[in-house]
Amino acid sequence: MEFFLVQLLNGISYGLLLFMLSSGLTLVFSLMGVLNFAHASFYMLGAYFAFQVSSKIGFWPALVIAPLLVGVIGMGVERFGLRKVHRYGHVAELLFTFGLAYLIDEAVHLVWGRSAVDYRVPPDLDGPLFSIFTSQYPIYRGFMMLVSVAMLVSIWLALTRTRIGLVIQAALTHPQTVEALGHNVPRVFMLVFGGGAALAGLAGVIGGNAFVTEPGMAASVGPIIFVIVVVGGMGSLAGAFVASLLVGCLQTFAISLDWPIFGLKLSQVAPVLPYLLMVLLLIVRPKGLMGTREG
Amino acid sequence: MKYSPINLGRWLLWGSTAVVFVVAPLVFTSSFALTLLTQMGSFIIFALSYNMLLGQGGMLSFGHAVYSGLGAYIAVHTLNLIGKGAIVFPVTLLPLVGGLAGVAFGVLFGYVTTRRAGTTFALISLGVGEMVFACVLMFPGFFGGEAGVSTNRVVGKPFFGISYGPALQVYYLVAVWCFISMVAMYALTQTPLGRMANAVRDNPERAEFVGYDTQKVRFLQLVLSSFFAGVAGALSCINFEIVSAENVSAIRSGGVLIATFIGGVPFFFGPILGAIVFIFFVAALSGFTKAWLLYLGLFFVLMVLYAPGGLASLVLMQLPVLRAGRWRALALPYAAAATAAALTIAGVIGVVEMVYRLSEQGASTILEVAGLSFDASTTPPWIAFVLILVAGLVALRFATRYFGRKWAEIKAA
Repeated sequence: MEFFLVQLLNGISYGLLLFMLSSGLTLVFSLMGVLNFAHASFYMLGAYFAFQVSSKIGFWPALVIAPLLVGVIGMGVERFGLRKVHRYGHVAELLFTFGLAYLIDEAVHLVWGRSAVDYRVPPDLDGPLFSIFTSQYPIYRGFMMLVSVAMLVSIWLALTRTRIGLVIQAALTHPQTVEALGHNVPRVFMLVFGGGAALAGLAGVIGGNAFVTEPGMAASVGPIIFVIVVVGGMGSLAGAFVASLLVGCLQTFAISLDWPIFGLKLSQVAPVLPYLLMVLLLIVRPKGLMGTREG
Repeated sequence: MKYSPINLGRWLLWGSTAVVFVVAPLVFTSSFALTLLTQMGSFIIFALSYNMLLGQGGMLSFGHAVYSGLGAYIAVHTLNLIGKGAIVFPVTLLPLVGGLAGVAFGVLFGYVTTRRAGTTFALISLGVGEMVFACVLMFPGFFGGEAGVSTNRVVGKPFFGISYGPALQVYYLVAVWCFISMVAMYALTQTPLGRMANAVRDNPERAEFVGYDTQKVRFLQLVLSSFFAGVAGALSCINFEIVSAENVSAIRSGGVLIATFIGGVPFFFGPILGAIVFIFFVAALSGFTKAWLLYLGLFFVLMVLYAPGGLASLVLMQLPVLRAGRWRALALPYAAAATAAALTIAGVIGVVEMVYRLSEQGASTILEVAGLSFDASTTPPWIAFVLILVAGLVALRFATRYFGRKWAEIKAA
């Protein structure tokens, strides 16, 4: 019971972090039709910026500054890159973000070196939050959940209750009409892309010190969030949410269990599980859990 | 009936390609050049097989290395079995084993990946690629873990003096297979399946209306493409005598995508150019600088932004100008653009290399370029390189405008 509760909490906090990443990806995809391959690279940038800023002026300013910086970079990417390749179609856009992921990864190598940097949980948040039976639950895990939930609630409010949110929602389905009504749709695209990048950056800030901040972090998280988007159904936020929690719990539980499977331990098989889930789901239900679009 | 005269140009083109294959190692005789040429040969097959998906079938795959890598694993185990004397099989035909293994895995994974097209296909192929990579690390008994499986290609009795000991013999093996694969893949583009693949790429809805199952077309195209990927994998296994997890990794899959795109996706011969340039980047440039991946990425992004048809489209653009004999009028604009580009490149390289010198712990901060040396820990070289970069960018802006004007003039004439 104790084991189950602790792992469940860990799984949920990891799943929420994954949802912060996959929600940005899904929003950008459903709005612009662009699958941002560099999304995980923005996550990594967020972690590295947070490391840099927090080593100078502390963690709390970094929590605000780093995502903003990543957001600005994202807007720049949209304005000066994506908008140009837009006329060549979606494959070109995907390829552009793929190349961008390469560039960001290499730039991180160049600037911060090839080994992990020492980005730590701030001392105020270091320690146990409460204890379940005999194990103590760290404050930082709780903080991660708090930040992700707060972020998601505010995004939901912004999308449904504000003017710009309504314009974004309208632009999702009827961009021409929105443009005809006098809204600057390209600017909306730029804002959403920047917003998605900032969200990934924020996930990086709180995920970078909970896990490890190293140049390989984008390559290890990237495929997982793409799997989530496919499993949840392309373009479905609710699907992404369910899939994030599912994959988050699946991975946390599998890593800590050593049930034998075909001569291997379950913990050894853990890295394959999300992909296996995707393959199985695609055979049974090709459009994903809650997908509506046919590829 | 189709009126089909002997296509002299085509025979000439394929004939000269064959001649290039034969002559290349006689012109570039150094052992480094020979290894480069051998790698290019197998990578050309790989890139062409990738373009069967992306260029001809409209399937953007992020996991093509799965087929070549698993083909290579099967080939390396077959080679080891031959070495032990368990089976008798000529090494010359080993690529066939790799190819068939590729087909088997193509059937297995293709059934899942080709259920969807477009962006979803791209993501699923990525997921399958990651899955295979994780599996390879999980079963070290068969796949040899991180270190991989090594082998010895010199097995059995020499056949007419061919033992595949010397690198030159390996080159010719690769060259023959490369040429055969090129012809076969070109022939495939002319078959009904090849045409249907184009139709499915351009307008899947219409293809379905005509009565074709788009999923089946994608599936068949992927299986055929996996065959050639497997051939390429087996050839690289013979060449390097080792197959490791890197062979199925996302890095390899990304590499073939970059190479194919740089070469030119819309043209059959594009990936050939791309493979040559890519191997040059990987093998030659990586010896000079650790930032070669950054340069490759920059090159790729610039191609996506400004030349989506790849190098092949840039080459073909020149043909009408040459035919019209107007290249003299373009000499000056070209020179201007080249100067501006050289300036920009010099600036970029200077800045990147200095950043690298500063970030790498323990590395010397001295940067040596063309006999000059700069100290990256001091300010003057930074100012100099940034100035060069800015000047280059400004010059590039003017040069491209000037070039565009001249180009339009010639086109109008």
